[in-house]
Amino acid sequence: MTRMKMRTLISLIIIGSIISSSSTLQPITNQIHRSAALQLFNNPGSSLEETYEALRTFQVLGIETDVDLTTGTCPLILKAFQSPSSSLKDLFYALRVNQPLNCQLVLEGIASKLQAVIKESTSLLDLYYSIGSLLLIKDGASESSVGLVDADSTFQSIKALSQSDGRWRYSYSGAESSTYASGLALEALAGVVSLASSEIDESMIGTVKNDVLKLFDSLEKYDDGSFYFDERLVDADEHHNALSTTSSVVRGLTAFAAVTPGKLDLPGDKLLGLAKFFLGIGVPGSAKDLFYQIDSLAHLENNRVSIPLVVSLPATVLSLTKKDLLKVKVKVNTVLGSDAPPVTVKLVQAFSSGKKNTPVLENQELKFDPKTSVHYLDITALSIDVGKYIFVFRISLQDPEDKKIYTTGGQTHVPVFVTGFINVDSAEIAVLDNDLGSVEAKQKLDLSGQNALTLSATHLQKLRLTFQLTSPLGHSFKPHQVFLKLSHESKVEHIFVVGNSGKQFEIILDFLGLVEKFYYLSGKYEMQLTVGDAAMENSFLQALGHVELDLPEPPEKATRPPPQPMDPSSIYGPKQEIMHIFRSPEKRPPRELSLIFLGLTVVPFVGFLIGLLRLGVNLKNFPTSAIPATFSLLFHTGLAAVLSLYLLFWLKLDLFTTLKALGFLGVFLFFVGHKTLSHLASTSAKLKSA
Amino acid sequence: MSASTPLFFYTCAAFPVLPALLAAFSFVPEGDPKNLALELSLLCLLSKVVYMAIVGSFPFNSFLSGVLSCVGTAVLAVCLRIQVNKENKEFKDLPPERAFADFVLCNLVLHLVIMNFLG
Repeated sequence: MTRMKMRTLISLIIIGSIISSSSTLQPITNQIHRSAALQLFNNPGSSLEETYEALRTFQVLGIETDVDLTTGTCPLILKAFQSPSSSLKDLFYALRVNQPLNCQLVLEGIASKLQAVIKESTSLLDLYYSIGSLLLIKDGASESSVGLVDADSTFQSIKALSQSDGRWRYSYSGAESSTYASGLALEALAGVVSLASSEIDESMIGTVKNDVLKLFDSLEKYDDGSFYFDERLVDADEHHNALSTTSSVVRGLTAFAAVTPGKLDLPGDKLLGLAKFFLGIGVPGSAKDLFYQIDSLAHLENNRVSIPLVVSLPATVLSLTKKDLLKVKVKVNTVLGSDAPPVTVKLVQAFSSGKKNTPVLENQELKFDPKTSVHYLDITALSIDVGKYIFVFRISLQDPEDKKIYTTGGQTHVPVFVTGFINVDSAEIAVLDNDLGSVEAKQKLDLSGQNALTLSATHLQKLRLTFQLTSPLGHSFKPHQVFLKLSHESKVEHIFVVGNSGKQFEIILDFLGLVEKFYYLSGKYEMQLTVGDAAMENSFLQALGHVELDLPEPPEKATRPPPQPMDPSSIYGPKQEIMHIFRSPEKRPPRELSLIFLGLTVVPFVGFLIGLLRLGVNLKNFPTSAIPATFSLLFHTGLAAVLSLYLLFWLKLDLFTTLKALGFLGVFLFFVGHKTLSHLASTSAKLKSA
Repeated sequence: MSASTPLFFYTCAAFPVLPALLAAFSFVPEGDPKNLALELSLLCLLSKVVYMAIVGSFPFNSFLSGVLSCVGTAVLAVCLRIQVNKENKEFKDLPPERAFADFVLCNLVLHLVIMNFLG
């Protein structure tokens, strides 16, 4: 059971390390993005913006949808056109969606309205949406009436929003500059240029190009060489993350470069870095992010600045045991997976990770297979040993004309695993005498097969395990994990790291020093050896047999072995039921006894009544006239009431209710008692004086 | 069986109230009923102590309140008796009605506490 677990764990580690290291950038051609797109945009049509994003993503990825969008979306587009409350943004997206769907629309009058807006507006967003809309109308219509007469002034009004650092503001009043706005502004400027009926002033375009260069100074960088733009402006309405900001700039940049004459002189590695940023995201989890990624990559795929070429390796794990796989294959594609122009791929160097100064391979040129459009290098004869390597490739374009169009970046570092079969030799286990070091018992081990050794040792002896690991090329091999595990019958486990001294691996367990660590537990210890590495194809976890240890009796203060971790199934299983112990009732006397004593208590009362009779109690002093008699009666009733209140208090009332009632009764009693007693006092005083 | 024990104590505790009530009703007697109340209270107390000696003092608060009500009533009765005794010169100026009023008030307060404590 445990062995199974360990084995799966090791293989998981190995697989995990291979996967993580092979996550080189791949161009987007695969099915994963398509299915992700279909899943994320499963309900296009909730708003025109989302519908546009879905349509655009599908178009770039080449997905044909069966869903007929015209019936659902056309009414939405019509509504955006006819409703007076629809904003410029609605109009813009309606036109965008209309382009592929081609709903029957009457666009007359809208162009002139937009032209009026462009003339008067000072807000970047308004200008962006109206210019974009106008551009879409122009693309759809054949008539040339849609165009900007006063393109120069529009261009200038947008340019006026730019800041000295190359970023743009949203409006004149808003002082904060934004990177996201720069993308919008560039796109709008591109729109102005293509709408202009006459040529735009060359120098103005030149200043915008300068702005773009300045904007690229604010590029931020990740360690893997990818570049991105980050939005510094914290806007209350809508926050733009790095992805949307970078996407906006890429869109603006490519649109601007497409319409302006001359070339934008941007460093190619920065564009490649932007492409790496978008590719490095993988498959985004939200529809919006996927749109940003795919749309930007589509713009990068076909831009006039320079088209980035991405190096990817179909397999980054090469096995020495399978000779036919021992080829380094390299693909060079554009970001969306189209074929690159003829290129030469050169393996500049390959070095073992961690040993950068001693390259294993240098200056190897890869051959090209036109059938599969793969560049390959057969490394069978190049004597590469197992291990993890970093391959450094350089791509150079064969046609010098292509260098103006494409960018390949500098060198590309790719981690590659070379795996192989590791030989385990001269494995033996021995029990040594402590003081002399002489060998008591020595046994050979076959680490590729089954072992069932039986050894015995006392605390005065040592256990020595040695073996050698050699790689296919005969070098000594140092795996990531070499462990020896001793587990006692009582499930107490001890794990030792087996060190290596030069050629061979060796561990000496001196039991005298380990007695305390072993908690003085004598008995049978199972031995298990683990040897594992990502590059080792025959990583193993083997039971070696057992050793019978005879350790001294524990002294009184010896530490107890720690409790063994519980079985996970019992951790998550039902807990033991907690039994509640109730207090046993107090012993009570028999009922008869209690009743007898109850009677005894009443006896004095009877005696009291008899006493009263014998003493000749009378009511002579009870007032005779009407008013004092009433007071007297009330007094006695009050007393009785208080006593019954006490009875009720005992039986059911709480203290607060009782005290409230007692307050009223007390006042009443005080009043009538005072009346009665003062009357009695006056009568007795009269009697005395008489 | 179990219910009868506290009942017994409760009766003991409530019992001294009755003499007080009766004393109130028949205020100035020819003999001296206050004396009687005192003796009866002590008798009550005695029976309770005997009972406790036999069966133990499980609802101890009930037992205690029973005993204390007896003792308290007895003390109050003694006080009343001292005050209304005509031979006692110290309280000559105090009318017996005033002494009785004190007695009633003290009894009411005492028994409120007793009832609270009785459980």
